[in-house]
Amino acid sequence: MSEKEILTRLKTIVKPYVQRMEGLNDFQENTDFLNDLEINSANLVDVVLDVEDEFNIEIDNDSMEGMLTVGDAKSIIQRKLSN
Amino acid sequence: MKKRVVVTGMGVAAPNAVGLDNFNSAIQEMKSGIRFFPELRDLKFSCQIGGKPEISEELLQQYFTPLQLRGLKSSGIVYGVISGTDAWKDAGLEITENGSPDWDSGIIFGTGILGVDKFREAIQLIDAGKTRRLGSTSVVQTMASGISAYLGGILGCGNQVTTNSSACTTGTEALLMGFERIQNGKAKRMLVGSCSDHGPYVWGGFDAMRILPSKYNEEPTKASRPLSNQASGFVPGSGAGALILEDLDSAIARGARIYCEVLGGEVNSGGQRGEGSMTAANNEAVTRCITAALKNSNVETSEIDAINGHLTATSRDSVEIENWTRALNRKAEDFPYINSLKGMTGHCLSASGSIECVASVLQIYNEYIFGNLNCEEIHPEIKELIHQDRIPTEKITKKINILAKASFGFGDINAVIILKKYPA
Repeated sequence: MSEKEILTRLKTIVKPYVQRMEGLNDFQENTDFLNDLEINSANLVDVVLDVEDEFNIEIDNDSMEGMLTVGDAKSIIQRKLSN
Repeated sequence: MKKRVVVTGMGVAAPNAVGLDNFNSAIQEMKSGIRFFPELRDLKFSCQIGGKPEISEELLQQYFTPLQLRGLKSSGIVYGVISGTDAWKDAGLEITENGSPDWDSGIIFGTGILGVDKFREAIQLIDAGKTRRLGSTSVVQTMASGISAYLGGILGCGNQVTTNSSACTTGTEALLMGFERIQNGKAKRMLVGSCSDHGPYVWGGFDAMRILPSKYNEEPTKASRPLSNQASGFVPGSGAGALILEDLDSAIARGARIYCEVLGGEVNSGGQRGEGSMTAANNEAVTRCITAALKNSNVETSEIDAINGHLTATSRDSVEIENWTRALNRKAEDFPYINSLKGMTGHCLSASGSIECVASVLQIYNEYIFGNLNCEEIHPEIKELIHQDRIPTEKITKKINILAKASFGFGDINAVIILKKYPA
């Protein structure tokens, strides 16, 4: 799966949780889930579950803790997809 | 000097109508909200009927954000948020997204059990070893105070925000708790009410106790028969009712419409002694509760024009009437008008008190007494106590100055409130 496609799918997944739309308009690898998109931290577990369903992967707790930005999420997804 | 307390807003999600105007029409037309549910038949329930408010997807979207709707499986929260938000708006209060919390407004919104379908989903995931798949909403949809927490966030209330739970007295008790908080000057406004989840996992335990009617599955609208000779058990219901209680001075200052005044009330328990038990009321406790409610409200027994009873459509109805006649020392033609909403809605359990309080206030404000549905033939024991024209079977136009509303619940607990027309 191309990086671009992963990012497009990620953007669709996070959209319902985003509270700062400017952040979504400038959606790129440096985008921080909590600071730029203002996603409620409690909702991060829901984002992870949606990512698991979308890409048919499982994201363990350690990986989740390192998932602060869109780029982090992309790397984790790529790693799990290649396993 | 204690504050006077008035009702300035209401909302309701009842089996026979959703929304205050619809409900005001439905109870005057004596519309039944009791339906047959194939799901209950498939699950081999004896009683396959019940009452559920009908909520469309479009309506849901008016009250919840798309994010809140994701995985929302708590019917009590749905009904409670709809009725609570409606009451707030009906009182002419605004919802501001930003700025400070409203420090003068609080919430006491009760429930019996919350988010049962959500809890079932969680149990199934946990038992399958998939606890991590619960997501973030399992806790907030199943904690009892989930309903006050949802409403508190939507409305931005900064005073006390809590949930009470006392079986079928829950809603009436919530009203009294909110009343006391305003009366003592601790809040200017309290959103009070209660909700009840629907469905087999809430109603099953009652079906197992064989206290629900099993012979009306083909004729659901005839099943709930309070006060009648053919009463054969209560029909399970669900929903929510909500009222905005407000300091009279605050209501006048902001030019709010006033539906009625809350004079006072009482809650007590029979201690499950004497004829009282987990499921039956101690009669002395009931009469004491009524007497104390009148005393706290400075009202004489002769001043009561109407009673909205608990009256669930079981064999206990005649005992309730007997308790009223003793507490008021009024019987036969001298007894006040009395009605039960449950003929139309079934017994909405923890939501019953608040839905019936809304119906009571509507009667005072609009000057009518709704008719008792399915009560063509009054129970002979009741006819011996009070004259049958005290139990209207059609809506009658009537100015009510003072109304008493009672709710009784499992655990041998009682709640009575006294409402008065405003201005008298």
